[in-house]
Amino acid sequence: MIAETGHYALVLALALALIQSTVPILGARLRDGALMNVARSTALAQLLFVALSFAALVMLHVTSDFSVVNVFENSHSLKPLIYKITGVWGNHEGSMLLWVSILALFGGLVAGFGNNLPISLRAHVLAVQAWIASAFYLFILITSNPFLRIADPPIEGRDLNPVLQDIGLAVHPPMLYLGYVGFSISFSFAIAALIEGRIDAAWARWVRPWTLVAWIFLTLGIAMGSYWAYYELGWGGWWFWDPVENASLMPWPAGTALLHSALVMEKRNALKVWTILLSILTFSLSLLGTFLVRSGVLTSVHAFATDPTRGVFILLILCIFIGGGLTLYAWRASALKQGGLFAPISREGALVLNNLFLTTACATVFIGTLYPLALEVVTGDKISVGAPFFNLTFAPLFVPLMIAVPFGPMLAWKRGDLVAAAQRLLAAGVAALVAIAMLWAWTGGGSTLAPLAIGLAVFVIAGALSDLAERTGAFRTPFAIAARRARGLPRSTWGSAFAHAGVGVALIGIVCETTWNSEHIATMRPDDVAKVAGYDLKLDGLTQAQGPNFREMVAQFTVTLDGRRLAVMTPSKRNFTTRGSSTTEAALLTRGASQLYISLGELTGDGAIAVRIYHKPLVLLIWLGPILMAFGGLLSLSDRRLRVGAPKPAKAMRGLQAAE
Amino acid sequence: MRKLIAISFVVWMAAFAAPSARAVQPDEIMADPVKEARARDLSRELRCMVCQNQSIDDSEAPLARDLRLLVRERIAAGDSDSQVIDFLVVRYGEFVLLKPRFERQTLLLWLLTPLALAGGGLALWMHGRRRAKSGAGDDRSEPGLSAEEEARLQRLIAVEPPPENPA
Repeated sequence: MIAETGHYALVLALALALIQSTVPILGARLRDGALMNVARSTALAQLLFVALSFAALVMLHVTSDFSVVNVFENSHSLKPLIYKITGVWGNHEGSMLLWVSILALFGGLVAGFGNNLPISLRAHVLAVQAWIASAFYLFILITSNPFLRIADPPIEGRDLNPVLQDIGLAVHPPMLYLGYVGFSISFSFAIAALIEGRIDAAWARWVRPWTLVAWIFLTLGIAMGSYWAYYELGWGGWWFWDPVENASLMPWPAGTALLHSALVMEKRNALKVWTILLSILTFSLSLLGTFLVRSGVLTSVHAFATDPTRGVFILLILCIFIGGGLTLYAWRASALKQGGLFAPISREGALVLNNLFLTTACATVFIGTLYPLALEVVTGDKISVGAPFFNLTFAPLFVPLMIAVPFGPMLAWKRGDLVAAAQRLLAAGVAALVAIAMLWAWTGGGSTLAPLAIGLAVFVIAGALSDLAERTGAFRTPFAIAARRARGLPRSTWGSAFAHAGVGVALIGIVCETTWNSEHIATMRPDDVAKVAGYDLKLDGLTQAQGPNFREMVAQFTVTLDGRRLAVMTPSKRNFTTRGSSTTEAALLTRGASQLYISLGELTGDGAIAVRIYHKPLVLLIWLGPILMAFGGLLSLSDRRLRVGAPKPAKAMRGLQAAE
Repeated sequence: MRKLIAISFVVWMAAFAAPSARAVQPDEIMADPVKEARARDLSRELRCMVCQNQSIDDSEAPLARDLRLLVRERIAAGDSDSQVIDFLVVRYGEFVLLKPRFERQTLLLWLLTPLALAGGGLALWMHGRRRAKSGAGDDRSEPGLSAEEEARLQRLIAVEPPPENPA
């Protein structure tokens, strides 16, 4: 009964979405306020029904109803409750349902909080949202229905893929989807603007916070995914330049560029047409990510054949929305008025430069991911594009970008003074040079690149701090005045300082981890001691243990530093009987921002075990950086200016609303 | 999307359910640390052909182990880095290289980034010049407001702020 209710709720959501895709547009054509307002009610009702459908699937998983195929294939009655819940989106059908739930959530938010939007703009935005939603409801109902029953219900499920039985699954996919799908709002606003043929202040005021919300979640989602891979997959890497990873990364540089161009648009009314294009591109890349991951084209072109309906269906959705969006753009963009002028050396100019580098970075990931595919289709030759390619092409783009980052906030709008900005960044530059010199001396000139990269990171962080110091007058005025000014600074200024500093922090982590990582690979017997980066790790012994749905072999290591006992680390190997597969649970010991990492290999016949031990200096900064960025985004989002100055609908429009 | 990598990883585990070995086993390591470091660096540029975009240094597949041993064998036999790479390309094709060679068929792949940057920069510069010129032109063709217009503007400003979003 629960499965049928969920299924039926989804069908009703589709029906509502179809109404929402057409009636409001008709209303806008006829200038009929009542018809336009239909969008609001349908968006809210849609959210209700999708939520019901999602709750039904969660219910089925929690109660282990194995008469439903999706539950049978991905659950097990002995699985801990948390993994029963997260297992809902640990598979294709369930994750699609999560995808549309989040889409409906964003639609509902626009409907609920969009009272101050011009009514026709709101009607158009919600209609475009409903187009996307209808396409994906159809996709789920036709090709990936999570509520299908089995005629002959089995007694036990097949269990969830053991690698996914981790808290990471609870956090990472929902965050990532909130980011991906969040960009659908900027997409819908862009399409609505193109349909209406104009962009006004309300448009810019609305798009920036929504983009920011999506960007915060995407940033956190990618970072959490990276950390999950780092501790779960067991070889200590945190980014693999894997095509599937690249697919999730692409919307990030595009979204970051969008965030910055939307800023120019909001403040200076310039870059309108470009912002519209970026909105379309960013969501297109999110859709492309969804497609690439689900169709199986990335692993091999032939995997397409294993489930042709899904792949073709989602490719169709992709073509309609990307193709349609870009065609509409080509057709209507010239109708949009160009905005304000600015000199090349100005805040706007700096943000344009940021956009140039970020979109190029995005294009690099795009071609690196899809080129092997295209080449194989065209010539039949197989090539691989992996980490060494991206390290050579993607990474260097961030050098000029990061040099430019501290200059941006120092420049004035319209016409900036580069020399004055450079003077204000003098302290940051000196700090960077000191850092380079110190590192050089300390490492004995070992690696040239690493001190330079860290110098760059220090420059970015110090630049963000000097911006704050400059604005509050710290070091120049008495402390009390500076503190008062600091409180008076707009939150968005604090936000951008945090976000920019986060970039520098992440770079320090990346450089330290890749350059000064120590690794120790050995076969160890009980009482053997491994020496890694000054730490002594003694293998105390191996024990067997029984978990809820797995058996595990646990190794116990005692870690000592200079004869002082620090901690006990217990890496393990888990064997999941239902799936007959095993996972490696690495043990991590955090010391400041650095970590010791132990991962187990195979047991040899004579009771010894293969062990890999890493010391990863400052590795946690890699993820602290994105957290700072997201925190900066959050601060910026809480800026009063985004709310207080929010545009009010014109009087005529209020009249229309009253008539509803 | 991590989970999909994870899934492919597990699918792969199922396909090669042979006793899974971790990347770089203790018994593979060469006695000479310099040669071992070379082997590691080379391994990071070589693809494990049965995995999804993993280098043989990361991969646990038996094939990756065979390739790692092969690389070390060639290094022990005194091959230079490029000789080792050539040896593997002759055997397994370009597919084995994670960093494709700069050739006719990979021109676009390698050149897109610099071209996009240069093209984007050029487009911006041209656009800026055109707008600056047309902006200057506008300034000349549009004289300032007349006294009457100024007065009207002042009146309008004084009465009430105009609605920001005319419907």
